[in-house]
Amino acid sequence: MIQVQPDLRALIFDGSYEGLLTAIFESYRLKISSAQFVAEDDWNGSLFEQPIVIETDHVKADRVVAGVRKKCGKKGVQLLYRTFLSEFPDVPQQIATFIRSAMASKLSIIENYGDDTVLRLHQLNKKIGREVHRMHAFVRFQLTRDDLYYAVIEPDFNVLPLLPSHFEKRYPAQRWLIYDAKRRYGIYYDMRKVEFITFADDHRLSLRQLSSDLLDDAEPDYQVLWKSYFDSVNIPERKNMKLHLQHVQKRYWKNLSEKR
Amino acid sequence: MLNERVKEKLEILSDAAKYDVSCSSSGSKRKNTKGGLGNSNGMGICHSYTEDGRCVSLLKILLTNHCVFDCAYCVSRKSNDVKRAAFTVKEVVDLTINFYRRNYIEGLFLSSGIFKDVDYTMERLVRIAKELRTTHKFNGYIHLKAIPGASDELIHEAGLYADRLSVNLEIPSEMSLKKVAPEKNYADAYKPMNYLKSAIVGMKEEKKLLKSSPQFAPGGQSTQMVIGATPENDLQVLTLADSLYSQQSLKRVYYSGYIPISADRRVPALRSAPLRRENRLYQADWLMRFYGFSVDEIVDEQHPELDLDIDPKTAYALRHPEMFPVDINTAPIELILRVPGVGVKSARKIVAARRFAKLRMDNLKKIGVVLKRARWFITSLDRDFKHLNLYPELVRKQLLMPATNKVAINQLNLFG
Repeated sequence: MIQVQPDLRALIFDGSYEGLLTAIFESYRLKISSAQFVAEDDWNGSLFEQPIVIETDHVKADRVVAGVRKKCGKKGVQLLYRTFLSEFPDVPQQIATFIRSAMASKLSIIENYGDDTVLRLHQLNKKIGREVHRMHAFVRFQLTRDDLYYAVIEPDFNVLPLLPSHFEKRYPAQRWLIYDAKRRYGIYYDMRKVEFITFADDHRLSLRQLSSDLLDDAEPDYQVLWKSYFDSVNIPERKNMKLHLQHVQKRYWKNLSEKR
Repeated sequence: MLNERVKEKLEILSDAAKYDVSCSSSGSKRKNTKGGLGNSNGMGICHSYTEDGRCVSLLKILLTNHCVFDCAYCVSRKSNDVKRAAFTVKEVVDLTINFYRRNYIEGLFLSSGIFKDVDYTMERLVRIAKELRTTHKFNGYIHLKAIPGASDELIHEAGLYADRLSVNLEIPSEMSLKKVAPEKNYADAYKPMNYLKSAIVGMKEEKKLLKSSPQFAPGGQSTQMVIGATPENDLQVLTLADSLYSQQSLKRVYYSGYIPISADRRVPALRSAPLRRENRLYQADWLMRFYGFSVDEIVDEQHPELDLDIDPKTAYALRHPEMFPVDINTAPIELILRVPGVGVKSARKIVAARRFAKLRMDNLKKIGVVLKRARWFITSLDRDFKHLNLYPELVRKQLLMPATNKVAINQLNLFG
């Protein structure tokens, strides 16, 4: 896998964002100028080298964040966290490269769109932004018998941690739960605060359409009304499926009641 | 039990409302209240898209499609034989709240046919908005129609509850309007528009002084006109739009390519809606609002119609070869915005990025510039010498050519 150069050292972190930041901190402390950052799960082992296994340390991670904030402001801090959530395999390395150049530069490098790493992170951030926006749009709550508004999503990226503030502001007076069936965790709001939750057995939860014994009596009616609204606002004379698919890609259909 | 009658009403009254193109839920800021429902955060959200590719953001319905008017371009006109229905206030409120709670919509877009008289109708629309805001603490988006001819008092009250109001001009000239809509005239439409303009400004001033004073139509006002049902050219349409932006301070002017829904003899029997023209009008509208173009730079007496084959910015560039090439490493942003293929975001990125290092074509491509169009009009660090600026006709041909045939022409021109 990795082409081993004499001074290239692999740093293995636990896959979390704090873990990556800790590893970046360690690369400075150990004066490793060219480091390879690999998440634990992606490490295939190597005969030729002994990787450095990093233990996540929040104090060290926070110091890296503080450094980024000093050089690139809050925007820089956000950029790195958000792009990390994209889960692309090249991202840890890109983030590390960004931090190295940010620290070495007098100017904030965040607007240096001519630089490949900076541009790549901005492009990923845009993808994340789009996915967050899609989730703001495509969440479809179903009301259960015990007054919980429940929705399943399967986003392309791990954007669930970016969703609470929007839904909290919008629905402060109803209990809701948004569940990421792909990554098997959810955010739950109990009318006071949002919590991350997981279930030992999520079999019934990840069903896209909850069975009627779980639903509020009026719920199926509203789904029918919404579907019939959706159908009757269509203007057949203007039909443009290409544009339609561009906006609502097929992979999202399964969780949209009007498209099922 | 599903109320079949409500379902039928919803089908009839959303079908009748769908020709109003505005579906924007943006541009307003309304925070949620304690224990309330919903907010508008300035950025609109399209919760779904119809199969014709239009955004579904609001529950867009008519209160009723009973109408005493007989406008030729409208499906709900008195003389048209269609199913009629009317919602009760409670039904509209219930649908809005329940759709909103399920995250189907950003809010309500409420319009109506005219039953009895204008004020009677307007009063009903206002009552629904009021009930949503006060009884149900609804803070989602509300777009109300301000019906031409309604009293100032009702229009004012509407502004207190709605995020956006719109008065439709319907047809891009008064002469044509009178032909197709005998009961309508421009004066009736401009009166509430002008009232709203001064009220929006006045209430904003007041809010600066006294924070607790109420919001008044924070999303501003918009209008719509039907294109292609009457003979106005693009120069007339865009000149009118320009005056609406500058005189009435409208947030948006919508252009609706006329769909031949009507067998009425007063409007032409088009084979299909003029969608291409509609698209070009929106592009021109964007040039006026975001790119610093004035209307007479886009259309004039010599070129009263937009070119359907190429976008209005490219058309402008081809008419003004003396302005190009633009050096993207030194030109001010106003000039960069005039380059075909460069959007507002790309222009800002170019200006930001060139502080670090001079930019090459490759950088521009990655930034998001559409080089297919832009490369004819710019120079970068690469000192590309493919410019055909002195021969606008050749560039035009090149741009219109299918992708596969391009190589040959390129070569020819290097030596030509």
